[in-house]
Amino acid sequence: MLSQVMVEANIVTIRKLSKVYQQGDINVTALNQISLDIRAGEFLTLMGPSGSGKSTLLHIIAGIDRPTGGECHVQGVDVTRLNESELADWRNQNVGFVFQTFNLIPVLTAYENVELPLLLTRLNRQQRRHQVNTALELVGLGDRSHHLPRQLSGGQEQRVAIARALVTSPSLVVADEPTGNLDSQSAHDVLGILQTLSQTADKTVIMVTHDPKAAAFGSRTIHLEKGELTN
Amino acid sequence: MALPLTYNVRNVLVRWRATLATILGIALVVAVYVSVQAMATGLEKSSTNTGDPRNVMIVRKGSTAESSSQVTREQFKLINYLPQIARDSKNQPLISADVVVLINLPRRGDGGEANVLLRGISPVGIALRPQVTLVEGRWFTPGKREVVVSRRLAARFANFEVGDKFKTGGKELTVTGIMDGNNTAFDSEIWMDADESRSLFDRENYSSLLLRVLDAAASQTLIARIESDKRLPLHALSEVDYYKSQTKTAVPIKFLGDFLATAMSIGAIFAAMNTMYASVGARTREIGTLRVLGYRRRSILASFLIEGAFLAFIGGLLGCLFSLFINGYSIGTMSFQSWSETVFSFRITPWLAVKGLIFSVIVGIVGSLLPAIRAARLPVIAALKSV
Repeated sequence: MLSQVMVEANIVTIRKLSKVYQQGDINVTALNQISLDIRAGEFLTLMGPSGSGKSTLLHIIAGIDRPTGGECHVQGVDVTRLNESELADWRNQNVGFVFQTFNLIPVLTAYENVELPLLLTRLNRQQRRHQVNTALELVGLGDRSHHLPRQLSGGQEQRVAIARALVTSPSLVVADEPTGNLDSQSAHDVLGILQTLSQTADKTVIMVTHDPKAAAFGSRTIHLEKGELTN
Repeated sequence: MALPLTYNVRNVLVRWRATLATILGIALVVAVYVSVQAMATGLEKSSTNTGDPRNVMIVRKGSTAESSSQVTREQFKLINYLPQIARDSKNQPLISADVVVLINLPRRGDGGEANVLLRGISPVGIALRPQVTLVEGRWFTPGKREVVVSRRLAARFANFEVGDKFKTGGKELTVTGIMDGNNTAFDSEIWMDADESRSLFDRENYSSLLLRVLDAAASQTLIARIESDKRLPLHALSEVDYYKSQTKTAVPIKFLGDFLATAMSIGAIFAAMNTMYASVGARTREIGTLRVLGYRRRSILASFLIEGAFLAFIGGLLGCLFSLFINGYSIGTMSFQSWSETVFSFRITPWLAVKGLIFSVIVGIVGSLLPAIRAARLPVIAALKSV
């Protein structure tokens, strides 16, 4: 059991975290007894070859996957012990997620996409409008709020996705290769926004990337290989 | 918290090509359901519209319709003096002894022949049925072998224009007028003088009596008096109740409507299921994303059920619109009570349309249930990795 002091000092505290997949008769180890601390306000980048377990680690921290062993405390909550419904509520309130493929809902406008997580809160329509507009302004898309995703460029779509990740004011933002589908200028803009979030808004950002240039935007980089930390 | 309805509405509209076939399929089912039920409703209405609460009908005990009933002249005389019967300004009792005869006549064009109900009626009998109005020509003159036919029968049978003559039982009858029964059972009748029809068709007795009572209490007393009199093997009931009991012809039509709709709805359910499975398949990653954002399984389930219901609701609306084309259309069928041609109109009531819409929504929900469960059960990680 982790000490209470240790849990409170870090936003994420991971101890002996394991994830083993069953593929037919073979056990595939995605994460092998990983222990890791992530401080509040850090911009941590996870690097490693394909299949090294970096996305699995990110998914467990974000509460969308479950480990087969160990503990993962995020803001003092052991996410491995929450049930499906508790996890859904917890994700909505505590984590913002940015995907490589943006994952915007194609039939909803930029505004409606950003508003989606807020519909699960108790905020009224006016409060939601204020927060959505603030988030869209923050990513520089205040004038694109009524555009559908197909009317936006890839970079703009990803900025809308970041606005969606930020709109509930989560302390943790996780990004899975957010620049993987972007041209270099758009990638630079997106990474700049994530860096600003960490440096000025005190958000903790955890980003998976293959790209060392992208990793350079982070305040700390850790490498994974075959499910283990290598540095 | 549920997903916004705009999400479902737009998804249906965006995928309109894929959903059109399902919508049209459901529209067809609802159109058939509403049309057949409209037929049954029209048939029922033509009977239930007919009675007047102030009138009492008397038929032979045990007979279910006038055409199988007999009332003797002695019985008629006896009842004539009952004090509960209202009287006219000349102090004559308001009672009519009618003769009902089935005659076989040719339809217009090459439509074969059918039985038509001919009613021998007295002037009092016409006065007791104020819903029937003469719309063309004049009323028949007793003794001249003249008849008045209903407008709806005139549209369906040969030689039914004013001035036309037709033969029945070897005798020639002349049409002197056209009457309108105002959507009642009288729309399916030919009227002529009662005593003339008795001699023409060789009937010693009458078929039924119709009389006007003083008030509701008098009606009760008179019915009780006739029902309890052992000398009178007669059955008395209010005219409204008599025509209500004549709606049995609608029962098999209703059953046919329910059967057809149920059989077709199975096909529509599979069509809706196919569409919704395709929709879930195309939006797997979207579902994963919604789960990551905090939407619970039950929100996803509800969302796809709502979408299926909405899809089917559009189909239901279209089906109701299709069926409106036959609203008021006049058709005829053989009545199982009178064994004669009964003419009536399709009647689409608001309640029938609502039932059609409820039916369509049920088809949509049942069809979407399995795809919605599949969507709700998708593992988040696998859904996110879907192409």
